[in-house]
Amino acid sequence: MSALAVLARRELALAWGRGGGPLLALGFYGAMTTMLPLAAGPAPARLAAVAAGVAWVGLALASLLSLERLFERDFEDGALDLLALGPLPLEAVCAVKCLAQWLTTGAPLALAAPLAAIALGASPKAAPLIAASAALGGLAFAFVGGTGAARALASRRGGVLIAVIVLPLLIPPVIFGGAAAQAFADGLPWLTGFALLAAYALAAVALTPFAMAGACRNALS
Amino acid sequence: MITSLHIQSLTLQRGERVLFRDFTLTLAAGEAVALTGPNGAGKTSLLRAVAGFIRPAAGRVRFEGAAGEIEAEEARRGGCHLVGHQDGLKGARTAREELGFQARWMGGSPEGAAERFGLARLLNLEVRKLSAGQRRRLALARLIATPRALWLLDEPLAPLDTASRALMGEVMTEHLAAGGLMLAAVHDPLPIAARTVEIGG
Repeated sequence: MSALAVLARRELALAWGRGGGPLLALGFYGAMTTMLPLAAGPAPARLAAVAAGVAWVGLALASLLSLERLFERDFEDGALDLLALGPLPLEAVCAVKCLAQWLTTGAPLALAAPLAAIALGASPKAAPLIAASAALGGLAFAFVGGTGAARALASRRGGVLIAVIVLPLLIPPVIFGGAAAQAFADGLPWLTGFALLAAYALAAVALTPFAMAGACRNALS
Repeated sequence: MITSLHIQSLTLQRGERVLFRDFTLTLAAGEAVALTGPNGAGKTSLLRAVAGFIRPAAGRVRFEGAAGEIEAEEARRGGCHLVGHQDGLKGARTAREELGFQARWMGGSPEGAAERFGLARLLNLEVRKLSAGQRRRLALARLIATPRALWLLDEPLAPLDTASRALMGEVMTEHLAAGGLMLAAVHDPLPIAARTVEIGG
């Protein structure tokens, strides 16, 4: 088995078990969408107006939940030393970690997002767009969030630091994804928002592994 | 394969504090060095500097192979084991999964390593259920599961019992006989003949 496959298997197994894995994020997301009508009132017109927006805010917050431990465990128990001395560069290791995080929380959330939006009154016709954009958004959240998690290594109150670093960077995908879904609901051209979201996600995948690897090296020294 | 390690006029600094200055050491194939010194003298930092984790304030670390100098990054990725205070094992996974991952990730195979270290009957247990000595043996098993020339060991024997120390002595002797190199930070003497180098103090 190649080193990449060995690492991917380990990271998927760890991400699946980390803090409840997909169940925690899905539970949080489900709770948020069921509580909104209770808090804001059940009037269908009001809920339908905010359905896409709420689905996106929920996605962003739910994908942050288990990020804190993405690098922290490996750092604390010494496994990060081992990962740094393996055959793949640390940049690749970081990318694999974030992809595993995305597959175990981002992808299940992307399947749940259309359900949540429809439950809140969005049109079922919007479901494919919402699922696709949630999958892209989740990819951006995993990589940008991973950068925050790596940066917060070896610092006290890392969780607070992650929120401060990461939240501003999560805003663009929320705007692009929310705008695409809203435009679709209003019968307007939605491709621009979707394309910007895709560009943001791909830029995050291409660039953040370098920042993560730098932050890990810094923490190891 | 690494045939010699050259630490040249190395100065290490942690924050404002200088750990040691102008430390020079050459280690050739088949040779073992026991690093001694009081707590906080910089033994762990020296090992981590050789592994490339800590950037020295001055001096350098070079690796040489049969065909001349090996680029440091390549030497570390392909020829270097670091077993530190922390075993790098995940408590929630089984010993088999962890040993399998560590061995295959470094490019080896876990076959036989567990038996050699007397771990065969423990492989199905979660790592958190192992004792400190058993965990350390599991971490040390990757040394033979994945042959690499340079072993950097940080207090490798501290939690081990007498029998395991004797076993590690055998494993170390075989490694050196096969042309390996070993740099170990220790307080107790190593179970094999080794040159002692004191740092700090």
